[in-house]
Amino acid sequence: MSYIIWQDIFYIALLIGLSIPLGIYIYKVMTGQKVFLTRVLTPVENGIYKVMGIRNDEQMGAKKYALSVIAFSAICLVFLWALQMLQGILPLNPEGMEGTNWHLAFNTSASFVSNTNWQAYSGESTLSYLTQSLGLTVQNFVSSAAGMAVLFVLIRGFILKKKTTVGNFWVDLTRTTLYILIPLSLTVAVLLTSQGVVQTLSTYKDVATLESGAVQTIPLGPAASQIAIKQLGTNGGGFFGANSAFPLENPTPLSNLIQVLSILLIPAALCVTFGKAVKDSKQGIAIYAAMMILFVVALAATTIFEQFTGPVFNGVAASGSIEGKEIIHGIGASSLWATATTAASNGSVNSMHGSFTPLGGMILMFLIQLGEIVFGGVGSGLYGMLAFVLLTVFIVGLMVGRTPEYLGKKVESYDMKMVCLIVLVPLLLTLLGTAAAVVMPDAASWLTNSGARGFSEILYAFSSMGNNNGSAFAGFNANTVFTNVTGGVIMLLVRFIPMVAAIFLAGNMAQKTMVAVSEGTLSTSNTMFIGLLIGVILIIGALSFLPALALGPIADYLTTR
Amino acid sequence: MEKKVVDKNIFVDALKQSFVKLAPHVQVKNPVMLVVYIGAILTTALYCLSFAGIKDESSGYILAISLILWFTVLFANFAESIAEGRGRAQADTLRKARKDVKARKLKSADNVDRYTEVLSADLKKGDIVYVKAGEQIPMDGEVIDGAASVDESAITGESAPVIRESGGDRSAVTGGTTLVSDWLIIEVTAEAGENFLDKMISMVEGASRKKTPNEIALQILLVTLTIIFLVVAATLLPFSEFASSQAGAGSAISITNVIALLVCLAPTTIGALLSSIGIAGMSRLNQANVLAMSGRAIEAAGDVDVLLLDKTGTITLGNRQASEFLPVSGVTEQELADAAQLSSLADKTAEGRSIVVLAKEKFGIRGRELSRLNATFVEFTAKTRMSGINYQGIEICKGAADAVKAFVLKKGGEYPDECEQIVKRVAGAGGTPLVVAKNNQVLGVVYLKDIVKNGVKKRFEDLRKMGIKTIMITGDNPMTAAAIAAEAGVDDFLAEATPEAKLTLIRDYQAKGHLVAMTGDGTNDAPALAQADVAVAMNTGTQAAKEAGNMVDLDSSPTKLIDIVRIGKQLLMTRGALTTFSVANDVAKYFAIIPVLFFGIYPQLTALNLMGLTSSTSAILSAIIYNALIIIALIPLALKGVKYRELPAGKLLQRNMLIYGLGGIVAPFIAIKLIDMLLTACGIA
Repeated sequence: MSYIIWQDIFYIALLIGLSIPLGIYIYKVMTGQKVFLTRVLTPVENGIYKVMGIRNDEQMGAKKYALSVIAFSAICLVFLWALQMLQGILPLNPEGMEGTNWHLAFNTSASFVSNTNWQAYSGESTLSYLTQSLGLTVQNFVSSAAGMAVLFVLIRGFILKKKTTVGNFWVDLTRTTLYILIPLSLTVAVLLTSQGVVQTLSTYKDVATLESGAVQTIPLGPAASQIAIKQLGTNGGGFFGANSAFPLENPTPLSNLIQVLSILLIPAALCVTFGKAVKDSKQGIAIYAAMMILFVVALAATTIFEQFTGPVFNGVAASGSIEGKEIIHGIGASSLWATATTAASNGSVNSMHGSFTPLGGMILMFLIQLGEIVFGGVGSGLYGMLAFVLLTVFIVGLMVGRTPEYLGKKVESYDMKMVCLIVLVPLLLTLLGTAAAVVMPDAASWLTNSGARGFSEILYAFSSMGNNNGSAFAGFNANTVFTNVTGGVIMLLVRFIPMVAAIFLAGNMAQKTMVAVSEGTLSTSNTMFIGLLIGVILIIGALSFLPALALGPIADYLTTR
Repeated sequence: MEKKVVDKNIFVDALKQSFVKLAPHVQVKNPVMLVVYIGAILTTALYCLSFAGIKDESSGYILAISLILWFTVLFANFAESIAEGRGRAQADTLRKARKDVKARKLKSADNVDRYTEVLSADLKKGDIVYVKAGEQIPMDGEVIDGAASVDESAITGESAPVIRESGGDRSAVTGGTTLVSDWLIIEVTAEAGENFLDKMISMVEGASRKKTPNEIALQILLVTLTIIFLVVAATLLPFSEFASSQAGAGSAISITNVIALLVCLAPTTIGALLSSIGIAGMSRLNQANVLAMSGRAIEAAGDVDVLLLDKTGTITLGNRQASEFLPVSGVTEQELADAAQLSSLADKTAEGRSIVVLAKEKFGIRGRELSRLNATFVEFTAKTRMSGINYQGIEICKGAADAVKAFVLKKGGEYPDECEQIVKRVAGAGGTPLVVAKNNQVLGVVYLKDIVKNGVKKRFEDLRKMGIKTIMITGDNPMTAAAIAAEAGVDDFLAEATPEAKLTLIRDYQAKGHLVAMTGDGTNDAPALAQADVAVAMNTGTQAAKEAGNMVDLDSSPTKLIDIVRIGKQLLMTRGALTTFSVANDVAKYFAIIPVLFFGIYPQLTALNLMGLTSSTSAILSAIIYNALIIIALIPLALKGVKYRELPAGKLLQRNMLIYGLGGIVAPFIAIKLIDMLLTACGIA
């Protein structure tokens, strides 16, 4: 057990250590300051603006910014949809994959455009190399870049005074992709190939196995490049169906560490960026701390549940719950990954969540249900968290005898409407999606397990889609018309309603003046506030999901112990 | 100030109103309680259906749930009615003052004999009326001629009459007040239905009460929470249906229980009390004799962090008092005192009288008959800036240093350097030097001191702890102002204040993000009042000032500003505290309901029944009974407001979090358990 603790401490120290310089770097990129890549990339950036006909000095109001985000994403959605259905007649398809059916194609497009990367398919048996690299990998970049762009807008909303514009979407999108995501992905991809992650355009290989000369087909492909961004961009969609539990996607302990670090790296760094940008590092630290505390508690709980509440077989030494986990990673690294991937809206896996103990699985599910704000998605995690910060400020701020304010901006009814939309939409769609699934007459036939665990499978699936996570409680047959269509719609709504709300929130905030800070102002960076923020997040999450969890993992635990 | 929060009449009236408010069009206005209302109707319908054999629970149980829900709605109505009731009682008193009287409408202001008699209600803006002693002023207006004392007790509750005269800052009169002496010619400035008294009645009655901005924002949050719980409760139907088919045991939960769960979880406590808190805040303001023109102003009062306070009356006692006689060399203190006393005998100003008092205290110098001395008194004028006395060829004068200096030099005397030194010293210490001269000889200086009020320093310190800056506004010169500011412990001061300087000061602070509150009375204060975030116009002030402000202080007390800030903060704190309490309560309610709700499907879930509640029936009943009773229990808190202390934000939050946050989690555990034990004892479980 102690090696697991040391491993986790090492991981967290590394994460914090890397996130600080990266956060400062992102801040510089966001504000257009000079960084070490500026000289190399400026010509490329300007070239892009020129080719695309973008006026990079144009400033957009909230409405135009939101429209740009939506229009861009809509085009991506249609392109990706068409690409999958037509892949059979398109090049770069050595395995001769046929076009996918319309509902799977829709679900996959919605999933990747919304940064969810829910996969109702298995990459190696469904998609061509062209679809993987031109379709999915591109979306991995731009969907996370869009998330970051919207976060930048919200941050600007807090900084700006009496302004009607919040930035330029095309510039934000280009800069985050060019200066942040591409260099980082390149680095990670090279590191991963060094560990043996495949990166090739050649056809699948037939190899003779040790098992009396049986031949096995080993799927290959340009994996490393996609895996790097799948982790960094909190996308999570595996190149192969088994995701990072597959040896060619994640072969060594070091590749495992690099990937699990990449999952939380940018979301954590953005907290530092936030503190820098609002000229008060403590504000960033407070949010970082709240996320970290929730993460550490969840990590400890998952690890403990996996280690100690696994099934006990009489006469066999207790090994913890090892089913569904790779021996190379063991309980510690599997629990760490599982916690990180559900805390962030990543969704990649190196073990099967469906095999976790009831309570261990519940922690993962609950982290998703909190709204993907414990680090969360790139950009979206922090703007979701900021919505909770505003909610906390609103509820407890009144108790100091002033109308609520955050970072000098008054939180008024319009802002509350937007905040409530950001918080409300994922909760509702998760519950409603699950409800819609269970009333389907053949719902039970989609499940591998029955009883409470069966319900957990459905609840997990819709929590995952309803919060743009993308991981699955394996066992649930996701590739049905019903799940593909409702899931696709839910993923899109859950991504874009809060996104647009965040932009409009920023637009409204930017128009306000700053209120002076005094002794009478509620501090939003002290320990008390961090505690209250965590309290509000947990209470909202618990109040919304406790009844459902009682019928799923809790009943599962109580009936099987 | 009334001592009892609620008297019997209000109570009876509120009971009646609780039922009147059951009308759907009233219920629609409060979305959270609307959910309970619909729940009550639905369970009633379910109860009726149960006789037709369509039932998901026993009839008795459905009836019990239904009744408790109806009571929850009634309790919420009662909370609102009782808050409104206090305002209505105030309004009734005011209405008595507003009766139609006959008014003498003049053709023109210069002939009081040519008039027509009209009813006050028929007066139009711009009409000119003539009012004599003993008559009621028919309508709000501006005095254009005459001076009179007016009894304004109908509005202010203050029985001492006040002076109203044309020109200057005391020219506004209010309809419904009574002339005690003399006569006035008044130009009507408001018409029936929109005069001050009407506005006041509708404000205190709550008839024109609009939701305030923060209340609307909070309402949005409460509606969001309600929607969440609506979906949580509704989705439990399919969830439990599915779970029971999977488990092969139990059945889907009943609609009755879904409704009970929803009502328990929805933020009904704050939803029921929200409007009462607002109305009660307004009526606390009214009790302090302040009339807010909008609810927005009272919220802004909580946010104010810069107070502009007039020196006179707020920081110092109204008048300066003589505290020392400082003679020049060659003159004894007694000689100076004697001359100063003589020159002040006929001086009716407070300063003059204080000199006489000091001379008597120090040297036993008694009053002398001026007529016996054959003396003539020289009155103070703004031009000469001196007053004095001439008798038997002797001229004594006292006044501002430069004025007396000019007087002495003109008479061929000398103005000693020593005197100049003393004058400087006195001014530097925050006092007002009054130089006394006899003929052409300077005798010395009388030290007039501004007496800083008792306890203001402590008060300002407390305000500072809360992050509120106090700024003293005075017409004094900067040196004097600085000394008084230091003594009183204000954060800053504005000396030689002009209306323009005040306006600039307010704008400067606002540009830095501060919210500024001020008091004003004169017409020249109007621009500053209009600019300030919380602007309290004195009732004695001009019509222009009253229109520019967003509150009117009926007592015209300069210290009122501090009370207004307190009331504003208390209102916001109460709202926050009860919201927190309401949400925190849900934790215990969950622990009461969830374990028993799915008992049939998964009996093992009873492991979560931490409170050891007897049965599912008693657990659910206990939770919703608690939910209803807590509304009644918190009405006094909603009306009185939470305890207010002048503490920094961090400490306030800690205190309130401990009481309403932690208390909100713990209290229902205990209460629900007790109710459950009671129900069990009665054999209901």
